[in-house]
Amino acid sequence: MFKLLEPNKIFQITSKAPKYVLFLFVVVMSVGLVEALILSPEDYKQSDAVRIMYVHVPAAWISLGIFSSITILSFSGFIFKNKNFFLISKSLAPSGFVFNIIALVTGSIWGKPTWGTWWAWDARITSMLILALFYALYLISWRIYENEEKVFKISTFITILGIINVPIIKYSVDWWNTLHQPASINILSKSSIHSSMLYPLLIMTAAFALFSLLIFLMKYNTELIKIKNKGLDRL
Amino acid sequence: MINELLFMNGYAVYVFSAFGFTLLSFLSLYLVTKVQFIEEQNKFVAKFGSLNTEQAISAKSQRINKEILADATNN
Repeated sequence: MFKLLEPNKIFQITSKAPKYVLFLFVVVMSVGLVEALILSPEDYKQSDAVRIMYVHVPAAWISLGIFSSITILSFSGFIFKNKNFFLISKSLAPSGFVFNIIALVTGSIWGKPTWGTWWAWDARITSMLILALFYALYLISWRIYENEEKVFKISTFITILGIINVPIIKYSVDWWNTLHQPASINILSKSSIHSSMLYPLLIMTAAFALFSLLIFLMKYNTELIKIKNKGLDRL
Repeated sequence: MINELLFMNGYAVYVFSAFGFTLLSFLSLYLVTKVQFIEEQNKFVAKFGSLNTEQAISAKSQRINKEILADATNN
C-alpha cells in the first residue's frame, strides 16, 4: 500500500494539484468571508466581536489536527522505516505553525473586547502557546540537523512529547477554571451553537483546510525537487 | 448597510485586524512557499542544463525528472 504513495509515482498528481486547490480555496474563502462578515448574525452578548470566531476557531482546530497528523506520520515513518512519511510531516508543519500563530494572535485580539485584556495565562492560551513552541522546535530540528537518521529521530521525539499537550489543550476548559468558555461544538452530542453561526464556521474551516492542503502540496513538491537536485549532483 | 459593516457596533477595529492578520499570514506563507518552490525548480533546471548527454539521458529516464522539467517550462 505504501508503494502507491511513493514520491516518484505521485509527483504527477501533486505537481498539478496546487492550481486546482488554489482555485477552490479562493472560491470557498470568498463565500466564507461573506458569510462570516456580512450574513451571519451578531451575538446577543458579544455583538459583532463574535465574528473573530470565524478565523480563530478554524485556525486552532487545524493547527491541532496538523500536529496530531505530524505525530502519527512521524511515528509511522519510524516504525515502517518509510522516509516519505517524514517528508509529508515536514511539508505539513509550516502551515500548522502559521495556523497556531493565527489562533494565538486572533485570540488575543478577541480577548481585548470580551475579557478586557490582550493576554491571560489561562490554561487554554498557555497550552496553545506551548504547542507553538513544539511546532517551532520541530521546524528548527529540520534546519539544524543535516544527518537524515538523526533528524528523523529528533523530530519524532519532539512530536511525541508535543502530542501530550494536545488533549491538555482540548480538555483544559473542562479541567480548569479558565476565561475560555467550554466547547460549543460537539460531534457526539448536540452543539450549543446556532446553525446560522455553525455553517459560516464550517465554511471557513473548509477554506482553511484547503489552504493548508495547498501549502502542503507546494512544500511537498519543493522537498521532492530538493531530493532530485541531490540526485543530479550524484550523477 | 455599508456603515453597519464598517462600524460593526464599535468592534470593527478588532474584527478587521483579526481577519487582516489572518489574510496577511496566508499571503506571506503562500508567497514564501512559492518562492522556495521556484528557487528549487530553477536550481534543478540549471543543474540539468549542465549535465552531459549521457548523464542527461540517464536523468531523463526517471519520469519524475521529466515532469519537473515540464512543470518548470510550463511556469
